[in-house]
Amino acid sequence: MIIDHPILGPRDASEFVYLGDSSLINRPDPSVEEAAQLFYEYQYLRANIAGPMKELWYHEQGDRSWLVVTRNTITHEITSVELARDVARSMGRTK
Amino acid sequence: MTQVDRISGGLINRKETMNFSFNGKSLQGYKGDTLASALLANGIRLVGRSFKYHRPRGIFTSGSEEPNALVELRKGAFKEPNTRATVIELFNRLDAVSQNHKGPLNFDLMAATDLFLSPFVGAGFYYKTFMWPAAFWEKLYEPIIRKSAGLGSLAKLEDPDCYDKGFLHCDILIVGAGPAGLLAALAAGKSGAKVILADEDFLMGGRLNSELFEIDEMLGSDWALKAIQELSSLKNVRIMNRTTIYGSYDHGIFGALERCTDHLESSEGRPRQILWKIYSKKSILAAGAIERPIAFGNNDRPGIMTASSVRSYVNRWGVLPGRQTAIFTNNDDGWATAKVLADRGLEVAAVIDSRNCEPVENIPGTLVIMGSKIVNTTGRKRIKRIILSNGQSITCDCLAVSGGWSPNVHLTCHQGGRPKWDSTLNAFTPGENLPKNMVVSGSANGSFNLQAALRESLKVANIVLTDLDFKKSKIVVPSSSDDSYESSAFWYVKESKKRGWVDFQNDVTVKDIKQSFAEGFRSVEHMKRYTTMGMATDQGKTSNILGLAIMAECTGKTIQDTGTTIFRPPYTPIPLGALAGRSRGKDFRPYRLTPSHKWSEEQGAVFVEVGNWLRAQWFPKKGEKTWRETVDREVVSTRNSVGVCDVTTLGKIDIQGKDSADFLNIVYTNAFGKLPVGKVRYGLMLREDGIAYDDGTTARISKNHFIMTTTTANAVLVFRRLEFVRQCLCPDMDVHIISTTDAWAQFAVAGPNSRRLLEKVIDNEYDISNEKFPFMGCREITVCNGIQARLFRISFSGELAYELAIPTRYGDGLIRQLMEAGKEFDVTPYGTEALGVMRIEKGHAAGNELNGQTTALNLGLEKMINQNKDCIGKILAQRPEMNKEDEMRLVGFRPKNKGDKLVAGAHFLDKGAKEIIENDLGWMSSVCFSPILDDYIGLGFIKNGNQRMGDIVHAYDKMRHNSLDVKICSPHFVDPEGDRVRG
Repeated sequence: MIIDHPILGPRDASEFVYLGDSSLINRPDPSVEEAAQLFYEYQYLRANIAGPMKELWYHEQGDRSWLVVTRNTITHEITSVELARDVARSMGRTK
Repeated sequence: MTQVDRISGGLINRKETMNFSFNGKSLQGYKGDTLASALLANGIRLVGRSFKYHRPRGIFTSGSEEPNALVELRKGAFKEPNTRATVIELFNRLDAVSQNHKGPLNFDLMAATDLFLSPFVGAGFYYKTFMWPAAFWEKLYEPIIRKSAGLGSLAKLEDPDCYDKGFLHCDILIVGAGPAGLLAALAAGKSGAKVILADEDFLMGGRLNSELFEIDEMLGSDWALKAIQELSSLKNVRIMNRTTIYGSYDHGIFGALERCTDHLESSEGRPRQILWKIYSKKSILAAGAIERPIAFGNNDRPGIMTASSVRSYVNRWGVLPGRQTAIFTNNDDGWATAKVLADRGLEVAAVIDSRNCEPVENIPGTLVIMGSKIVNTTGRKRIKRIILSNGQSITCDCLAVSGGWSPNVHLTCHQGGRPKWDSTLNAFTPGENLPKNMVVSGSANGSFNLQAALRESLKVANIVLTDLDFKKSKIVVPSSSDDSYESSAFWYVKESKKRGWVDFQNDVTVKDIKQSFAEGFRSVEHMKRYTTMGMATDQGKTSNILGLAIMAECTGKTIQDTGTTIFRPPYTPIPLGALAGRSRGKDFRPYRLTPSHKWSEEQGAVFVEVGNWLRAQWFPKKGEKTWRETVDREVVSTRNSVGVCDVTTLGKIDIQGKDSADFLNIVYTNAFGKLPVGKVRYGLMLREDGIAYDDGTTARISKNHFIMTTTTANAVLVFRRLEFVRQCLCPDMDVHIISTTDAWAQFAVAGPNSRRLLEKVIDNEYDISNEKFPFMGCREITVCNGIQARLFRISFSGELAYELAIPTRYGDGLIRQLMEAGKEFDVTPYGTEALGVMRIEKGHAAGNELNGQTTALNLGLEKMINQNKDCIGKILAQRPEMNKEDEMRLVGFRPKNKGDKLVAGAHFLDKGAKEIIENDLGWMSSVCFSPILDDYIGLGFIKNGNQRMGDIVHAYDKMRHNSLDVKICSPHFVDPEGDRVRG
């Protein structure tokens, strides 16, 4: 598979490590009352989509950037690759 | 030795004679022969025995789809089983042996299976037989089945050849160099595109080399030769013959196997094969088509071949497969074989066409019977007669069978694409779901007619070129023959009373398929697995369609609705050596060596693999007889005076930035914000689910600069997770990290004399007295007159101890300096074993305790979870099930009877409790012999451990017969108050 790194261009997937669903970026707020429930869902519940999915890939053999890759789990077509940091920021994550 | 069946003509070089051997018999052939053509030329028809029934088998085809003629090629360590005689290029001194028989090929003792046992070994027999008595399975049935399983035998020696791997990039990959592939390559190449043209054959040209087609008024094989010559002159075209494109992968990536030296007597040290990863923008699949047989009684005898391969042997190799050849066909193309033979004055015994139509060709002097079928044949070692449905019997010594052509769609299916049924062609053609950027042309696309194939090839090439922004090709479609191809949906002869073979290689018959249907295994996927049809090394290339057509008939469904099983890579078998490439032996998992490795070797250290690292395990001294002696000594000497251990392998991560402390507070359970500059703190990391993940020490070198250590095993993983936190969870934090594990050599210096030793090496301006440099301090210093270094006062051993870090390139120098300076203290180098003993004596948790099942509470570190801040794992660590009253706690263990041996992995039970899971109290996680206590000691987890000090429990280890009673005690066996480390 080829992952088109937003800065480095197309790279072979073997340079990367796959983590999983990019929903892992949405770490819940531990200070809210229902935190236990939210963390349980965050940690254990996953949608297993047959179709486009946003995934986290880590460029371990390259620039060590985390990427959010939108990949169709059936056809393996990759339609977008973004820096995870940019995605995290767009979701309101800061410090 | 004369080649009795050699005739004139062919694309072989008769000036170059090759001497080869088959089953010990010396034979001759010519350059350009395959082993199969040479065997046929020498009059040999029997070449092997079938898998299950050990029936005599001959050469069936002339290509890589061959199911029967599998031989063991070469000798000794080079021996390779299951090689297809039809694709082996003949070379001088080739040595081949037939497979799958006990005793000589001519008299296989296992043939009894066919003659007597066949009723018992039909489809799925292993689900029904060999069941009883149960005890017989292990001792009797399994060994027998194991012995008879498989086809060839392995040399069981290391593969002496070397293999390479490579990467290629191109605009267009063209798979197959038959007429369609060659024309596309010409068009694309001349338009300037970067082209790779690959074909599994050694002579490119596809069917043009086996047929008598004419292209542009030239013989097809000459046209092919001319095309190759022209392509060779183009710098942007890479021609790869002897190269199988074995797999089509995501995003235009293909796997290819190039056979570099298999056609030579010896590889002479050159890579035998190269495994290529080809990155293509577009691909054109011009892989041609494969001819199918027809199933009828005893259709598998030596001398029965596909009709097109008879033409190949006559036209390409100048070999006569039979002097009285009969033809059985259900389509127009089978007649071409009759014509080729007749035109050369060779006898055609009969043409049997199953269809009720007009004869396709006029073959004078030949018996032509339309609308008839063959029900049986005779001639066990070579076909003698065919018997028709009307009882008529015809003598022949070769039978050419044509059941129609199947486009070679394998590569369109490797990513899950399903081919679609074409009821005009009576074949599967490429489906809608092609791999991205792949197009198909020629016979592979169902364009069986040569003129149509050429036209389509050029059209497709131009579309691809335009897509890639190249100019369309100016080439004109060459003129060629334009024969029609009528086929029929006729798969097997129902009237046959004898077994008819479908899958030759796995010995699957029409009867097996009908039995599969009768027993309820009716979908093609079930039928395949139940009968094993299509599961041999040929992937059912000549059998799949027959099989599913028969099943379709049984179920009453159309072939469309029945569907087909698909294929996965590799298209043809690949040696494991090619997949390994150069990653063998030491290069499979390269060693990481510590900076003191060379020095340690000089000391005669014994090494242990820790992941990729080689670490000194212990340093035996002369006269020491056992490792225990050595390790005991290392522990005692270190605790009495001073020892040095290389701890470079532990992960080191350099963390810098204004938000470093906040960053550490997220990943560690305890707080680092107020850690003073120049201090080190032990840190615990949890997983988000609350399970303990890793531990280490983190030192604050300056306000915004920390150095974290991790366990050796988790160095890479922790770094990965830190980057995740940094980029994904806290993207705006001002913090940067880098791994410095390999940048710094690090040595633990431990024992009462450690300070004195270090003072000799550390430059004078640095005061490391207890007052000026207390426990858990860190400092940037210089050693040996100005060399930059770092000193950490931390202890894993329970002794006064330090860790001294120096840039890696000085590591070797430093260990020698330390040893020299330590001579007066009798300094002892110690390895991982003594390191382990001392940390267990001290009661430190390590990898055994952080095994992915334990929490901070289990480890006795619950107080390290700071209540005033968040951290990874905090919330889920509070789950009630992980915080029960009687939670397991890490405690120490000693044998009840001094001197008894403790074993890690034993599980704890109360005395007298029944040995069932409900009574399991915990387990022993680490064990060692302590020379200090002169006894075995252990660390382990046990329910209510803290409340049970002094209790005796049973350590249960039935599997290793090591159960014994143990006493619960404090895990801190040595220096429980910490006086030594703070001294």
